[in-house]
Amino acid sequence: MPDAFAFTRLPDPSRQKLTLDFEGVAIEASVGDSVAAAVLAAGHRLTRTTPVGGSGRGPYCMMGVCFDCLMEIDGEQNRQACMVEARDGMKVRRMRGARPLAEARA
Amino acid sequence: MSRGVPLLIVGAGPAGLAAAAAAAEAGVTVTLLDNQSSPGGQIYRGLAAGGAAREALGVDYLGADYLKGLPLIDAARREGIAHLGGASVWEVSRERRVQATRQGKVEAWQADRLILANGAMERPMPFPGWTLPGVMTAGAGQILLKASGLLPQGRVVLAGSGPLLILLASQYLRAGVTPAALVETTPGGRLGQALSLLPGALRAPAYLTKGMGLLRAVRRIPRYRQARDLRAEGGETVEALSFTAQGGRHRVACDLLLLHQGVVPNLQITRALGLAHDWDDRARCWRPRLGDWGASGIDGIAVAGDGGGIVGAAAAALQGRLAGLQAAHQLSALSADERDRRAAPVKRALAREQAARPFLDRLYAPGEAFLSPADETLVCRCEEVRAGQIRAWVGLGCSGPNQTKAFGRPGMGPCQGRMCGLTVAEIIAKERGVSPAEVGYYRIRPPILPVTLGELASLEDDADHAEAL
Repeated sequence: MPDAFAFTRLPDPSRQKLTLDFEGVAIEASVGDSVAAAVLAAGHRLTRTTPVGGSGRGPYCMMGVCFDCLMEIDGEQNRQACMVEARDGMKVRRMRGARPLAEARA
Repeated sequence: MSRGVPLLIVGAGPAGLAAAAAAAEAGVTVTLLDNQSSPGGQIYRGLAAGGAAREALGVDYLGADYLKGLPLIDAARREGIAHLGGASVWEVSRERRVQATRQGKVEAWQADRLILANGAMERPMPFPGWTLPGVMTAGAGQILLKASGLLPQGRVVLAGSGPLLILLASQYLRAGVTPAALVETTPGGRLGQALSLLPGALRAPAYLTKGMGLLRAVRRIPRYRQARDLRAEGGETVEALSFTAQGGRHRVACDLLLLHQGVVPNLQITRALGLAHDWDDRARCWRPRLGDWGASGIDGIAVAGDGGGIVGAAAAALQGRLAGLQAAHQLSALSADERDRRAAPVKRALAREQAARPFLDRLYAPGEAFLSPADETLVCRCEEVRAGQIRAWVGLGCSGPNQTKAFGRPGMGPCQGRMCGLTVAEIIAKERGVSPAEVGYYRIRPPILPVTLGELASLEDDADHAEAL
C-alpha cells in the first residue's frame, strides 16, 4: 500500500503515460521514468527489506551507485530499479530479504 | 568475441560527449557507451530526452546552466559517433577490452584507445537513520526532477553542505515547492579557512556570482547553520530530522530528507584497472594519478572529467576535449601540431574554470562527524556494519579497509564498497592517527556490476566458438 507520501508531476505533454503493476496494484508512470522513479511517484518509499537485518530501505542515489533500490522486475530479482526504464505492463515487486535460492531455480 | 574499435569512450556526460566530438571532428570513429538511455550524464539528465517541451520547462525551474548541455549533446550527435545507451560496463581490462551488459546481453569491444569519463557520485553522508526509506541524496531529488519532472508534495528537508544542496533548494522554490528547512552542516570558521584561496577563485567569478545569487534565492527557506548530531527519525519511513544547532536541539518533521555533502570521483573502473590513486586531503577523496591529456599510465587509456578528480561540468568538458584530441593524434588522425593548435584555447579555458575549485573544496569540506561518524551509525548499508564495529576491529589490529572484510564483510555487498569505502578508510585512519593515504582502499575487482550467467552466455551466441573459448 502507498504510504502517506507523494510527488506531483510537472506537466509534460511530450511524455506518454504507462501503467506498471507494483505489488499487484496498478500504478501510473510516464515514458522515460526509471522503475524506481515510477514507484516513488506513486507514493511508495519503502521498496525492499535487507537480507542482513530485515530493515526497510528505499531508493537512495537514483543513479546506480547505492544498490538500495533492488526490486523484482518481471520475475528477475535484485534488479537496480533506478537503472531500469519503466515499460507498460511491467510487474514490479519489493525484494524481501535475500534472494531465495529455491525460487531462483524454479 | 569482441568488436575491434579505434576509440571507445565510457560515459556520455560532459567529458565523454566533448571527447567524442573532438575525436569525431578529426575523423575518428567513436563508440560512446553510457548507462543511461540518452546522453548528458547526471548533470544534463533528461535534457536530451524530451525535446522542445522539456527545454521550455528546463529554463523555468532548472536554471540556464542546465541548457548549457544542449550544445554538448548536439555536437556528439554527428556522424562517426555511435552512442550506445543503456550499457552497464562491468569490466575494463588493462588490454582495453571492455565488456558491458546492454538490453540483457553482454557485448564486448577491443579498443585501440580508451577514454574513461565515468564521472562522479555524491559523497555518502552517514549518520544515524540515514538508511530509512524517504532519506535520499539531493542528487537523487534532482534526478527525479530532471528525468521525470517529479516534485515532492509532502514536507521536504534538505541537509548537508555544498553548492548542489543550495542549487536544488532554489530549483524547488522556482518550481513552487518550499522546503520545510535547509539544515547546513558546514562547520563554523570555514569561510575564514578558505579566505586565502579567494583571490584565486576570483579568476573564475561566474561561480561566485552564481553562488551568491543562489544563496539569496533560498533565503525564504527556514535555515539552520552549523548543524551537528543529525538523526533521521522514523519507523517504517522517515518522519523527522533532529539536530543540534544555534544553541539548541531541533526537530523538523519531514516526509523526504535529501542529503548532500559534495561529490567524489566514481573510481570503480580506475580502481579495478589497478591505476595508482593519490589521496587528495583538501577534497577528502582519492583520485587516479594522471598525466598530460589525462593519460592513466596504462598504454592507450586516458581519464577525463570528474572521474579523475572533481572539476565540475564545464572543466570536465574541456578535459574531455583534450583527451579526445590526444586520442585522435595517437590514432594518426591529427598531427601533433594540429592537436596542439586545437588544444591551446581549451587549456587556457581549463585553467580559468579550475580557479575556483580550491576555494570551494575548502569552504564546503565535510564536517569531521560526517567523515568519521558516531559508533551507532550504519556505515556499510549493504552488510549493515556500524562505525563502532570498525573502530573495535582497529583495536584488534585491523589496519585497513581490506582487512575489515575478514572481520565483518563491509564493502562485500552488492554496492562493492561504493557507499562505505571512503567512510571506512576515514574511520580507520582516524583511529590509527594516520592519513587515509596510509590505510588505503578496498581492492576492487571486476565485474564491477552484477552480471548474470544468462547474460554472460549471450556473448557466445553471436560468436565464433573457437574464438570465444
